[in-house]
Amino acid sequence: MPAVRGDGMRGLAVFISDIRNCKSKENEVKRINKELANIRSKFKGDKTLDGYQKKKYVCKLLFIFLLGHDIDFGHMEAVNLLSSNKYTEKQIGYLFISVLVNTNSDLIKLIVQNIKNDLNSRNPVHVNLALQCIANIGSKEMAEAFGHDIPKLLVSGETMDVVKQSAALCLLRLFRTNPDIIPGGEWTSRIIHLLNDQHLGVVTAASSLIEALVKLNPDEYKGCVSLAVSRLSRIITASYTDLQDYTYYFVPAPWLSVKLLRLLQHYPPPEDPGVRGRLNECLDAILNKAQEPPKSKKVQHSNAKNAVLFEAISIIIHSDSEAALLVRACNQLGQFLSHRETNLRYLALETMCLLATSEFSHEAVKKHQETVINSLKTERDVSVRQRAVDLLYAMCDRTNAEQIVHEMLNYLESADYSIREEMVLKVAILAEKYAGDYTWYVDVILNLIRIAGDYVSEEVWYRVIQIVVNREDVQGYAAKTVFEALQAPACHENMVKVGGYILGEFGNLIAGDKRSAPQVQFQLLHSKYHLCSASTRALLLTTYIKFINLFPEIKTEIQNILKCDSNLRCSDAELQQRASEYLHLSLVTSTDVLATVLEEMPPFAEKESSILAVLKKKSGRMSAQEAHKEARAAGGAGGAAAAVAAGAVKNSTNDKNAKNSSADLFGISTPPVNSQNNSSSNTGVLVDVLGDLYSSSNNSSMPSVATNGTNSASPATLTSGVTDNIKKFVCKNNGVLYENDIIQIGVKSEFRQNLGRIGVFYGNKTSMPLQGFLPSVSISSADSGRVSVQVKPVESTIEAGAQVQQFVNCECIDHFEDLPEMLVCFTYGSVPQRLSLKLPLSINKFFEPTDMNGESFFARWKNLSSPSQESQQIFKTTCPMESGSIRTKVMGFGMQILEGIDPNPENFVCAGILHTRTQQIGCLMRLEPNRQAQMYRLTIRASKDGTAKILCNLLSQQF
Amino acid sequence: MQFMLLFSRQGKLRLQKWYVAHPDKAKKKITRELITTILARKPKMSSFLEWRDLKIVYKRYASLYFCCAIDQEDNELLTLEVIHRYVELLDKYFGSVCELDIIFNFEKAYFMLDELVVGGEVCETSKKNVLKAIAAQDLLQEHIP
Repeated sequence: MPAVRGDGMRGLAVFISDIRNCKSKENEVKRINKELANIRSKFKGDKTLDGYQKKKYVCKLLFIFLLGHDIDFGHMEAVNLLSSNKYTEKQIGYLFISVLVNTNSDLIKLIVQNIKNDLNSRNPVHVNLALQCIANIGSKEMAEAFGHDIPKLLVSGETMDVVKQSAALCLLRLFRTNPDIIPGGEWTSRIIHLLNDQHLGVVTAASSLIEALVKLNPDEYKGCVSLAVSRLSRIITASYTDLQDYTYYFVPAPWLSVKLLRLLQHYPPPEDPGVRGRLNECLDAILNKAQEPPKSKKVQHSNAKNAVLFEAISIIIHSDSEAALLVRACNQLGQFLSHRETNLRYLALETMCLLATSEFSHEAVKKHQETVINSLKTERDVSVRQRAVDLLYAMCDRTNAEQIVHEMLNYLESADYSIREEMVLKVAILAEKYAGDYTWYVDVILNLIRIAGDYVSEEVWYRVIQIVVNREDVQGYAAKTVFEALQAPACHENMVKVGGYILGEFGNLIAGDKRSAPQVQFQLLHSKYHLCSASTRALLLTTYIKFINLFPEIKTEIQNILKCDSNLRCSDAELQQRASEYLHLSLVTSTDVLATVLEEMPPFAEKESSILAVLKKKSGRMSAQEAHKEARAAGGAGGAAAAVAAGAVKNSTNDKNAKNSSADLFGISTPPVNSQNNSSSNTGVLVDVLGDLYSSSNNSSMPSVATNGTNSASPATLTSGVTDNIKKFVCKNNGVLYENDIIQIGVKSEFRQNLGRIGVFYGNKTSMPLQGFLPSVSISSADSGRVSVQVKPVESTIEAGAQVQQFVNCECIDHFEDLPEMLVCFTYGSVPQRLSLKLPLSINKFFEPTDMNGESFFARWKNLSSPSQESQQIFKTTCPMESGSIRTKVMGFGMQILEGIDPNPENFVCAGILHTRTQQIGCLMRLEPNRQAQMYRLTIRASKDGTAKILCNLLSQQF
Repeated sequence: MQFMLLFSRQGKLRLQKWYVAHPDKAKKKITRELITTILARKPKMSSFLEWRDLKIVYKRYASLYFCCAIDQEDNELLTLEVIHRYVELLDKYFGSVCELDIIFNFEKAYFMLDELVVGGEVCETSKKNVLKAIAAQDLLQEHIP
């Protein structure tokens, strides 16, 4: 048994030895249970335990907990120790609490009281103990209890340095649980000035606090920039002997340097030329030092030195303004790429990814292409190889795309399973983005399927089909290539899917060649049929009916296949249905009709590849990088996609057909598509081949930013996906109003009489702050004076990942027609964004449901008989007529549903009062669904002229 | 820093320090997962790995693994040196520290870590100052105030 230091507890040491001597897990558990029983009886016993015994038992409990056992008692005894006047007992009490007590424990009040006592102690060691405890388990209650005292402790001249250090980090913890506890005003400058403190330990601790404060409120703490720069400059220019014990293996104050550099990354490059110059000198000096011979061979020296270097490079990348520094940074990282330390290679590859996205250093990064490709081949650590893949992806552009894609495909054959899927996505994206020649693109994707078919997700093969359908010039080539690929004896099912689709559409283009005559094509495909899953067979059946149209000469042969029992009586309902429907289609229709039904697929409307969305979803890290890139490149790189778009737009009127036919071809069971979407937005809901039909994701999950071709000169207006969501809000009060890759806007609202309060929540989904955040609301001129809205101000910055809330108070003065316009402006990266939305504030929000019997309903109905009091609409449904969902909508509209008044139980009869400031408007409604005709008749009568028409327009859009 | 774990080559947890609150169940799951992942790695591999949305930095000293979880924007190399500084402190205090010292004096190991890192942030990087603080504590243990 090794010596026990300090004031040892013999009983504890014996117990630990016992445990270590246990031969088996069972013995250990037995010994522990015995001890737990012993401690429990001691705690429960009549004899009062002295402090030492309590400490010993609490310590044993801690040890048992560390062994992985649950501890459900002893908390009270630990709290008792806090008030002991013996330091060692107090200390063990605090330790138990910080390791074992949850922030929401019932004991928190007692603990808080004890901490309070210790904070007031004259002994700095006690004060520190209390502060460390808060820093460890700080909760909302503690923020309330100590939010007042700790800032004082932090800036007071009488506080000892060592206490100040703990106080700074303690405050940081409380600030994280409750940002309101930091006092503003003069405190700001006092806190900032801690950066000037004599004691480097105080500065080190304070800079963490200041960084957190700056993140939330950069403007308020702006003053710290020049202080941080001069502090940094003093450290960098210091010789390593100057800072005494704060020099770590010949590197002056590496922790503080890194923290200061991090702090400065929250600001743009300083405006003051003097400060900016000084900062650049520091960065220069750090880069210079990297070239100097090392002062020690120890890895600690190189780690500390390079930690500062990487942080400096990070700030250089962040400012993205000094071309010379960026290129120097890149060269430095280039040296690290072949360093013998794996850690440095890893970090160099990772950091270079960011450099590759800067226009200043992109070319410089490309110089290292060979080295990176080499890493991919030779690196022994898969996490490093993963970084190399990331970097190749980031450095890829039109000039090197063919080589990089070629190398990635080569590597894919032997790549680790863990990274294959991501690699497939990356290759697919690069091939599409930089395809000068689409035959190359088709080759790459087919190679992907051949090499790593299992990892080719649906999005990837949907996408290749989409592109082939949209590009006439590549269709013949694609048909020929898939035909050849299918001849391989064992080909992947994904290949059969792509082959089936492409031959079904474009098989005729290669049918002239005897080797790929219609019958050969058909037999080739059908030879795979029995090996495939049901979904692939379904697709092939569709190909067969297309073949009947394309190649009448093999009609009988195909009909025989459709007729055979394994299809016509297939146990899979989908296959059976397809077989019988297609068979009958081929039997009963004339060739003209068949040709019309099975006309070639019209081009798909263009939008950003959904593969990118998948990749982003796959890794958070990627999305940060992509966001970075998009903010910079602002769509400039998407030339290839734009070219496709140009080809596709000419036929955009066919969108609807495309949607319907693909729905038909691929999933009879899929719900009908809301055609209203189609007419109201050109962005196209279904763009990917059937992707959106099968998945529940709506287009809001697709990034719409990049496709907008934004550039920093003209703000982008992003409105896709808005119409849909806003419509839903007529019948509901809460939900997501808008969402894209950057921001999510949610709404929660409540209404009473003629007043309402709408809470709007803006969530930043990115890893960068949204700046200059300014939402505004305006009322259309027609409605001015009829509705009033009062928008509460909101902070101008939304931090990465943060959410802010804004309240809009509103009042209905008179009936109004239009939803107020809402304009949300902000800057993301350096690109200004404008979202033009509608505030979900419609007149029906001010309904009060009114109950009445049939008699009075009919009496009132008859009273409201003038033509301007009534509005009626008969319209076709756009969604399934399911009575549950109709009821939900009608209820959400705000009127009372009156049961048993209409003789037809399918119909809805409702009544409600609209509250405006000037008057109350009585409203009655009748909604008659007609299932056979798939139509509705909606009749509304209201006591005020014109109100009925507004309501009728609103509600009719809901069905 | 979100948390620090010390565990042995046999996968036994020796010390755990959490700076972000998790339920006990989650802590156990995280610990198990990380211990398995790290023990499976080969010596020449990089000391960093991505794990969920965090970065893991680890280093082995003799039979003990020291493992820290840090945020995306935190500095990996310097985290390695936080670990090293901690090891140096333990070494100085126990006089060439070994796993057994940490097992038998786990509370001391905690106290030492609390001087170096507070609330997940590096608080005092000077070895002298930390040892001074620990010495002051030991002094208090001997004399009752």
